[in-house]
Amino acid sequence: MNSSTNTTGITISVIQPKTSILDKPINTKVKHEISINLYALLFSELVQYCQNKSSSVPEFQTKLHEVGQSIGAKLIDINFYREKNGKREIKLLNMLQFIKINLWKNIFGKECDKLERANDDERTYYLIEQDSLVNKFISVPKDKGSLNCAIFVAGMVEAVLNNCGFKSTVTAHWHKGTTYMIQFDEQVIARG
Amino acid sequence: MARQGNKLDSKKVNSEMFTLTYGALVSQLMKDYDNVEDVNKQLDRMGYNIGIRLIEDFLARTQSTRCQDFKETAEKIQLGFRIYLGISPNISNWSASGDEFSLIFETNPMLEFVELPDNCTNLKYCNVLTGVLRGACEMIQLDITSKFIQDQLKGDNVTELRVKFIKTIQDAIPAGED
Repeated sequence: MNSSTNTTGITISVIQPKTSILDKPINTKVKHEISINLYALLFSELVQYCQNKSSSVPEFQTKLHEVGQSIGAKLIDINFYREKNGKREIKLLNMLQFIKINLWKNIFGKECDKLERANDDERTYYLIEQDSLVNKFISVPKDKGSLNCAIFVAGMVEAVLNNCGFKSTVTAHWHKGTTYMIQFDEQVIARG
Repeated sequence: MARQGNKLDSKKVNSEMFTLTYGALVSQLMKDYDNVEDVNKQLDRMGYNIGIRLIEDFLARTQSTRCQDFKETAEKIQLGFRIYLGISPNISNWSASGDEFSLIFETNPMLEFVELPDNCTNLKYCNVLTGVLRGACEMIQLDITSKFIQDQLKGDNVTELRVKFIKTIQDAIPAGED
């Protein structure tokens, strides 16, 4: 495509799409759905790609986690807009409920099964999901026992929480299905 | 996973999840590769891997039989899009010899939320589809190629995918065993 460069080095694009993405309606009521098999195959390609790019399991997990984060960051605005009229949650529990119910429903079509708090640590919460969409067709090789590809979803949740001002780390574990362990920063708990 | 009789009507997932996952994959590729052409190639390769597995599912689900001509194949491809992506691209612009046609997409869930930055004008965002078609057809002994000649992301009204029949593969030797 042609582009012209002026003296200061700023590139001005000559492509003018007729309708920009901002002109499209944001609240499409018609839910578009696609086959789960195709999704599984696409996800498998993503997993394989990350695996080929990394030399160890932790590196692989980090990579998948990062890809998840890039999605999570994009989920925030649209979901708050659709579900809460654009009003953000500022209370910890409400935020977690929002993720468990609204966000999960929007992206996975059902609520997350359980939300629990650790008995001995008020900074730690668990989101528990019996069968995670991304793990539906994945069998983990024996030598990679602790690997859980739902780390991808954990990345999404982490990005949502962090970008909403709840500093935390989220990891995925095999426990009662898949458990996402959310560990909040001290300051989040301290402000109540 | 245990096979459950003939319960082949697949479950569905929200297309936004698919759109976002695919978008994340493409942007990851853009980060990892310097050259946009390499990204296009990589997307095509990924599509190929998807296609060679997706065709099994398609055959099982539709109980399709052998196509008599390429026109029938085109209809099957269209049906495939309906099953897996929930869209029906129009088939048009047949070449005189009947070995080339276009799939016209007016809507495509893959393009939701997508905007190409100026430095990605050579990126074929949906290139995974060319790979899927190539992979799927190769598994049924059809050698085809396809390319995008119009793209909504680049300001065209529709997205047009041109599919060309090359030949029927005679000896189906599994890849890597020749």
